[in-house]
Amino acid sequence: MVTVALLRQWVVVGLIAVGCFFLLVGTVGLIRLPNVYNRMHATSKPTTLGTASVFLAGFVHFGPGGAGLPSLIGIVFLFLTVPTGAHMIARSAQRIGVPFLGSVTWPTEDEEE
Amino acid sequence: MVAEETVVTTAADVGIVLVSALCILCSYRVVKGPTVPDRVVALDAIGTNVVALAVLFALKTGRGLFVTVSLVLAIIGFLSTITVAKFVTEGDIIERREEQE
Repeated sequence: MVTVALLRQWVVVGLIAVGCFFLLVGTVGLIRLPNVYNRMHATSKPTTLGTASVFLAGFVHFGPGGAGLPSLIGIVFLFLTVPTGAHMIARSAQRIGVPFLGSVTWPTEDEEE
Repeated sequence: MVAEETVVTTAADVGIVLVSALCILCSYRVVKGPTVPDRVVALDAIGTNVVALAVLFALKTGRGLFVTVSLVLAIIGFLSTITVAKFVTEGDIIERREEQE
């Protein structure tokens, strides 16, 4: 029984470490990448992964009876909403005329008209 | 048993300090970002970091209520991102359909 509790706590610690690593990667990408679209790519995916890992740590810590179920709902919610928000920002950035980098073009430029 | 509980609390403390520092680093992009979508992206990243902070606080204090708080923060962040993106593009949030066509 003691070993199960010990293992659970170290799993929680590992998940917190993985989540903090991905959040760090996302923030470094947000600061150092050159363009709006690249920065959006850097923030949306690693930040989602990091927060999902922290949510998973919450699920392991609280168990399925208490606050574990809201943690799983939070993971599902993040995986649904963060790409949607990133897509909306990308479209608005393209509409107000933020230039692309290099030879990048907007994929559905002809279908919009 | 007491020492094992301290492990999770210490890890959550370290995580809270690190993610708070990341929020401050993201605010650099909010202040200095060349265009408006840069600032929106940085604010979105800060919002996701604050969601992670709420979960870490729940792990630190052992209260499951703060997981629900993080869910509410995630919903508010998503709504604000959508709203600001729409406002930047259209100049208005709720628009009439006759004017659009």
